[in-house]
Amino acid sequence: MTFDEIMSIPPYSLNEKEKTKLLTKRLSELTKHHAKACPEYQRMLNSIGFDIESIESYKELPFLPVRLFKELVLKSIPQEDIVKTMTSSGTTGQAVSKIYLDRNTSANQQKTMVKIVQEFTGSARMPMIIIDCPNVVKNRAMFSARGAGILGFSIFGAKKIYALDDEMRLDVGALKSFLEENKGQKILLFGFTFMIWQHFYKELLRLKEEGITFDLSDGVLIHGGGWKKLISEAVSHDEFHKRLEDICGLKDIHDYYGMVEQTGCIYMECECGHLHASNFSDVIIRRPIDFSEAAIGETGIIQVVSTIPESYPGHSLLTEDEGEILGVDDCPCGRKGKYFKINGRLKNAEIRGCSDTYADKFR
Amino acid sequence: MSNLEKYNKIFISTFEIKAEELEGLNYQGISAWDSVGHMSLISSLENAFDIMFDTMDVIDFSSYEKGKEILSKEEYGIDFNA
Repeated sequence: MTFDEIMSIPPYSLNEKEKTKLLTKRLSELTKHHAKACPEYQRMLNSIGFDIESIESYKELPFLPVRLFKELVLKSIPQEDIVKTMTSSGTTGQAVSKIYLDRNTSANQQKTMVKIVQEFTGSARMPMIIIDCPNVVKNRAMFSARGAGILGFSIFGAKKIYALDDEMRLDVGALKSFLEENKGQKILLFGFTFMIWQHFYKELLRLKEEGITFDLSDGVLIHGGGWKKLISEAVSHDEFHKRLEDICGLKDIHDYYGMVEQTGCIYMECECGHLHASNFSDVIIRRPIDFSEAAIGETGIIQVVSTIPESYPGHSLLTEDEGEILGVDDCPCGRKGKYFKINGRLKNAEIRGCSDTYADKFR
Repeated sequence: MSNLEKYNKIFISTFEIKAEELEGLNYQGISAWDSVGHMSLISSLENAFDIMFDTMDVIDFSSYEKGKEILSKEEYGIDFNA
């Protein structure tokens, strides 16, 4: 099964049974492909005695801890085919994941992202406000997760501005004239959750006191990157929505969940506030005690599978995030597939043991 | 200036390349034509031809030749023989 075949199916159209069939076929093929093309991956499969012929569902495929991409060079392509190396976000001094992309996987990531996002924004390109600073995309050789996110979403922007300058200050004049030039049009806003709150919302709040207001009631905001910092400021999901609507009329707001290790397969938040898995990928919640699959409504560690990765063996990964499935195929928004929520990051200590010792075996 | 000349000129100035390099030029084939370069190419073409690419066409625009094919489509109507 080629990726193009999956691309031809509308992203949220398959029910559980149909999707299981599709994922089992494609992900088994990817497992075989990586076993052939990536010796380290092959050794990992051998060491657990994995037999691809014995599985009936993609849920039985092995998963690699995401951390492994920080510690090993894992790729299924020759060096000369690498067109892009993506890195995860991390604080200074922290090891970052390195994900190696060839032309094909890179293009499929972009196409998938577009297919998914179009289901929420429509297919027309829109004037776009990026709530970040232009500096983020300047280092072109190495793409950080933040830069990759911005570049990936930029494809939806017809005309674009960065709302913040390189000191992360809101460029009020530029924002004002951009909104005037594009009056009456639907505007796409994109940024990372904490930066939107800190450098956009708070600044709009301050400006309001000075009598300067903005009308973004025609806008659609897509944001991602996690809630950790906002939760520490006691800002909930509902509070975030309410405050943005109060300050600038912005109502159409979608969070997304995604990671650099599986770029392209993002999980968008629907109108009902649920994150959705598309046909291109899935989430499986694992019980920390024995990695068995958790029931609906039961919290566990999130495993993600993606039908995209051909250039690196990252089609089945265990994240360091915790979440729960809310339901399958029956979200009131009408989209098929699993819908879920993220409960936060796992505490470092809980996973470090098994992940590090796991990685050590393959040096 | 013919449409082809216009098209070529945008490639040459966006990627700082010579006319001889145009044929067979692919996305990611030279360092200047990366994802950042791609978006500047797209926006220059949109301005020059006064069109707006569909999102999928932005992605499918994978080579110098493919770009001509996309622009020749009915919705953009750019005639490269004119």
